[in-house]
Amino acid sequence: MSDKVTFELVSPEKLLFSGEVDMVVLPAAEGDMGILPGHAPVITTIRPGTICIFNGNSVEKRLFVAGGFLEVTPDRCTVLADTATPVEDIDVSAAQQMVKDCTDDVGSAKDEDAQAKARLALATAEAKLQAAQSPAYK
Amino acid sequence: MPSLKDLKTRISSVQSTRRITSAMKMVAAAKLKRGQESAEAARPFAERMERMLGSLADGVSKEGAPKLLAGTGDDKTHLLVVITSDRGLCGGFNGSIVRAVKRRIVELTDQGKTVKVIAVGRKGVSLLRRDHRDKLVATFEELVKPYPAFEQADEIVTKVVEMFEAGEFDVCTLYYNKFISALTQEVTPLQLIPFTSVGKKDDEDQDSGIGDSQYEFEPDEEAILEALLPKNLSVQVYRSLLESFASEQGARMTAMDNATRNAGDMISSLSITYNRARQAMITKELIEIISGAEAL
Repeated sequence: MSDKVTFELVSPEKLLFSGEVDMVVLPAAEGDMGILPGHAPVITTIRPGTICIFNGNSVEKRLFVAGGFLEVTPDRCTVLADTATPVEDIDVSAAQQMVKDCTDDVGSAKDEDAQAKARLALATAEAKLQAAQSPAYK
Repeated sequence: MPSLKDLKTRISSVQSTRRITSAMKMVAAAKLKRGQESAEAARPFAERMERMLGSLADGVSKEGAPKLLAGTGDDKTHLLVVITSDRGLCGGFNGSIVRAVKRRIVELTDQGKTVKVIAVGRKGVSLLRRDHRDKLVATFEELVKPYPAFEQADEIVTKVVEMFEAGEFDVCTLYYNKFISALTQEVTPLQLIPFTSVGKKDDEDQDSGIGDSQYEFEPDEEAILEALLPKNLSVQVYRSLLESFASEQGARMTAMDNATRNAGDMISSLSITYNRARQAMITKELIEIISGAEAL
């Protein structure tokens, strides 16, 4: 077994990352997860948040995902993301605007369904803003 | 015998047609390239999604499985989703798919099943509306504009899932033109609901060799499946939209190439007729002059 993880990040539009890394930290459904070589096979959903790719002791790359799925098998680790953007590409002012818009939406949502939808959008927008402003593992 | 002036107008009108068709060919070629690229870029996601879903689906018992996976256990009502183009002038692209769908509709009706149709693309809508107005339950026009995007696939899937949850159909099949090369497309049916694992046949090639039950699930299998299945539908539809888009451009390119060539042929044959007519006129005038001079 190699001492690296084969990590792949794909969004419907394209393959965003593929390569050998030391560790990946990602926001799984029930708490952040660090994937090291030899991780047990797991399938889980992903919350909106930042995926950090580690090589050596530092973060090589940070990517924001709006949600998706993670699959770990003995020989690879795959993330199927809904949308994924490198953190450095996030436009902070646009993200702030989005948080504001979503907050308005939550306030103006009429029925429960619409409200739940708006809440979800708000959570995603907030996570995006947070990813851009205060990256973890500096 | 048409007059010289008539011929001249014809030639110039065919010439401008040729200019248009060759421009359309160029545009289609450029779009085809882009379409092919995005179809290729979307492939990894679809493949991995399929693999993940395959390993999940095997582990779930039939009874507890979500309906999207197992189906309603009936096959009385069929929903056909047909992907066509918004624009014409692309050869047999829309005709062949609509023909295949119509054949399928007749087949299913003969078996006593109810058929419902969702048409995507303006051409498909108008072609299907003529014969099967009553079966058309939803239409999407001008959806793929300018290029297919994932959200558009989502829009279609939302409608399909909505209908499924309301119990309006049992089996859903998607019809689209699969891109083979710029010259050929193939009408391909793809069953969306209930889920059929497309990757089944290469199960043996999979080297990972882990059993399905070895996975850990977080939060749990059912919850993941519930989230994954609609997503998978969107991915399949998205992929089909891309394939269909590339096929459309390929078909249009070929059709326009032919049209350009035909226009060229027509121009040369018209020019020959024109020149002959001109010569005949000159000869006639000469004869008139000579015979006039001789008469003196």
